Amino acid sequence: MFRKLHDPGPQAVTIFIDGRSVSAEAGENLAAVLLRQAEGWSRTTTVTQSPRAPYCMMGVCFECLTEVDGVGSVQACLTTVRDGMRISRQLGRRVLSA
Amino acid sequence: MRPDIIVVGGGTVGAAIAYGLAGLKQRVTLLDGSDGDFRAARANFGLVWLQGKGMGLPAYQTLTRASIALWRDFTTELESLSGAGLDYENTGGLFFCVGEDGFDKRLSQLQRLHNQWDGGEPDWEMIDRAALEKLLPKARLGRNVSGASFGRLDGHANPLKLLMALHQGIVLRGGTVRSNAAVSKIERVGSDFRATLDGEQITAPRIVIAAGLGSARLAEQVGLVVPLRPQRGQVLVTERFDPFLPLPASGLRQTAEGTVMIGATQEETGFDVSTTSDAASRLSQKTVDVVPALAGATLVRQWAGLRVMTPDGYPIYAQSQSHPGAFVALCHSGVTLAAFHARDLASAILDGALPTSLTPFHQRRFDVSQAA
Amino acid sequence: MSTVDLLIVGAGPAGMAAAVAARRHGLDVLVVDDQPAPGGQIWRSVETVAATARGGRLGESYLAGASRAAAFRACGASYDPSCQLWQIEPGYRAFVTSAGKARTVSAKAVILATGAQERPVPFPGWTLPGVLTVGAGQILLKTADQVPAKPVWIAGSGPLPLLYMTQLLAAGGKIAGFLDTTPRGRLKPALRHLPAALGKAGDLLKGLAWTLALKRSGVRTVKHVAEIEARGEGRLQTLRYRTDNGQWQETAAEVLLVHEGLVPSIHAPLALDCQVEWRAGQHCYAPVLDGWGETSQPGLFVAGDGAGIAGAIAAEHRGTLAGLAAAARLGKLPAAAAETEAAPARRALGRELAFRPFLDALYAPRPQVFAPPDETIVCRCEEVTAGTLRARAQIGRPGPNQVKAFTRAGMGPCQGRQCGYTVMNILAHAQERPVEALGFYRIRPPLKPVTLGELAALDQKDTAA
Repeated sequence: MFRKLHDPGPQAVTIFIDGRSVSAEAGENLAAVLLRQAEGWSRTTTVTQSPRAPYCMMGVCFECLTEVDGVGSVQACLTTVRDGMRISRQLGRRVLSA
Repeated sequence: MRPDIIVVGGGTVGAAIAYGLAGLKQRVTLLDGSDGDFRAARANFGLVWLQGKGMGLPAYQTLTRASIALWRDFTTELESLSGAGLDYENTGGLFFCVGEDGFDKRLSQLQRLHNQWDGGEPDWEMIDRAALEKLLPKARLGRNVSGASFGRLDGHANPLKLLMALHQGIVLRGGTVRSNAAVSKIERVGSDFRATLDGEQITAPRIVIAAGLGSARLAEQVGLVVPLRPQRGQVLVTERFDPFLPLPASGLRQTAEGTVMIGATQEETGFDVSTTSDAASRLSQKTVDVVPALAGATLVRQWAGLRVMTPDGYPIYAQSQSHPGAFVALCHSGVTLAAFHARDLASAILDGALPTSLTPFHQRRFDVSQAA
Repeated sequence: MSTVDLLIVGAGPAGMAAAVAARRHGLDVLVVDDQPAPGGQIWRSVETVAATARGGRLGESYLAGASRAAAFRACGASYDPSCQLWQIEPGYRAFVTSAGKARTVSAKAVILATGAQERPVPFPGWTLPGVLTVGAGQILLKTADQVPAKPVWIAGSGPLPLLYMTQLLAAGGKIAGFLDTTPRGRLKPALRHLPAALGKAGDLLKGLAWTLALKRSGVRTVKHVAEIEARGEGRLQTLRYRTDNGQWQETAAEVLLVHEGLVPSIHAPLALDCQVEWRAGQHCYAPVLDGWGETSQPGLFVAGDGAGIAGAIAAEHRGTLAGLAAAARLGKLPAAAAETEAAPARRALGRELAFRPFLDALYAPRPQVFAPPDETIVCRCEEVTAGTLRARAQIGRPGPNQVKAFTRAGMGPCQGRQCGYTVMNILAHAQERPVEALGFYRIRPPLKPVTLGELAALDQKDTAA
């Protein structure tokens, strides 16, 4: 849906979205990275499993909730990427971990 | 056309009574307060519960049992009438015990209660940790959980859906529900009662005061002195999860939507519905002690409600002697007792006489001078 | 628990200015910020971006943030970025969470500088991936140097879409079209406020320049668009729109950015029982404040767009005033000296505020924003439609809290930030009452998400009454 205007070059880092390796720029906004992915959607809702994606980019809509490094329901738009970060898109309701 | 009966208070108690009366072909007008009122009904935890109740007053165990026996039919009727689901489940309920002394303490408490009640076999049992783990395969239990008491007759429902369904049910049965209709005065006019609202008056031969914490002032006007105080209860609710808790527990239940409700405090803080981070912290601690994985659950909301608390914590049901035809109905277990309120209590009010089984709940039990 | 003189929430124009002013008078200041770096929304990522080529493309108002951020960093305030405030209790005791840990901050005075958010714009399909706010588009441009991959559709009204489109084109982005939702006939009532607005002739000319630049660049503009709809399978694929006197048109679209003005962040003031007032000209609530920005709760101030939408420059001046007032309140500065020091900021603020009635009148939102069709999801979190709300509105005359109890609208994590005003308007319309008679949802903690584990780990010495 979105594309970056410049190449991160030496500032590139690798994060993993649902196991797939994705290139990002060190220190950039995680929701921005999610919006560059081909699917567009970044979670499905807990009520009707409808696809949603970041909407406000400033923490007031809660559409960008994702699991980051094992921690669920994190607002991606308030998260900065780190090399090796593992993202899991949340589908419907979370499953309580053991 | 003038109503047969006015019910003051559109919370779970008033709405259930009004619903019951409407089902008995009475022309009912339910007068509800405003959006910003204390509204205990909107803060209820949602248990339809028996175990652990009635210490010192066996009649309350009997009353609760009677209501629970009616709850399934009550649900079926209300759901088919209103079209709203109540999410009622009654496959039993748990009380988690922490530590060995926690287990022993619960056992002796339930035994005492059982001895006070001269009914039949106990409808509860203590289950050890191993048995508890089998009941809850998807929820790893905290280290110190020693077991639980299991109440066979316990269950839960959605208290907000219940309230909404009752309101709809009243209207569908031909009753009237008025919001923003706070009653400031009740006067006797001949054998009737005249309720004064803002700029209008409504008269009926019978009146039921079920206005929660707002009842004392009105009850006094019809010769009933009801001692009440607010008791704050704070509740937490989390984000939604796939089902992992198949049985409700006292203070911890997973709703049909998947959210986890955690409760509740018991604070004597007056008419104060603020929440405290202290309560949030303590309730969260209690929760992660039982299900450690919930440490990762996000808290979506914390709220506080004011329980309608009488001096002994048990309901008040009474008809005024000086003003016959005026009734009062107050309790803080409006969900559990909803079926009883809608059936037996509504019938009794229509008959104009409360049964002797409700005598223990007359407010004169608080009148020390009478007891002397 | 940390203890400070002054807690400032937010590091945008107002928060930074407040910190600088308070520090000048020796207050011990902590600034918490949900962003990773200072700048708020208008100057997002300004510290890293200002010096780059793309910083230059973003315009002067953006670049001005660089010097503010530098002054803020140098002023000696403690700064906690990526930190969310989830509760404040009287005292004041603030509860924040960052990096998975909740903590308590005790402060004698608090300045809320949490800014504004875009007014919710509900329409059928607005929840589809691919529909975002213009503000979001602008944030993506600023922080990630990111533009819509395909030519973008923009729908809305106000200065922000014009500014964004200018910035987007300068960056090499493509615009498929601009659906200007400004209703017909807004200019005449706005012109009544023009004399007052002429004090800010520079801003007027700037706005005019954006409009002309867009015309020159050939951006296809459709004026007086009254309704829009987004459609698609799992994402935006088709955009439908109709003008106030036209038929429905349809076009392919992958990204749609919407904007119908800004509203102050009201949740923290409401949670703290501050008095708020309905601002008819801006169709929203704002806290009741004195001339220094103090709310009805002593020692609690609101500065910036949270006090009322007025832009970055006004926000800075409000921040300065609140910072000075906090310093005076805590005895660091006699009242007379505070008045003297505040005078230039007060005058400058006055000039900024004089401009607002013109903009507010010109860009007053179209009525359809408050009356979406029945099938529209109004509460995004709980997926409650306008039709469900309208059905509930008829039974008795419920307020937003009763409707929330019965429909779950407002029960989600955003706590009405995306639905509160719509719900008020739907109820008001159904009950034929003025909007402000309905009131907003009762706001409850947490203001921002916090986990049970973080709460359990809070030191109960700090939380005890």
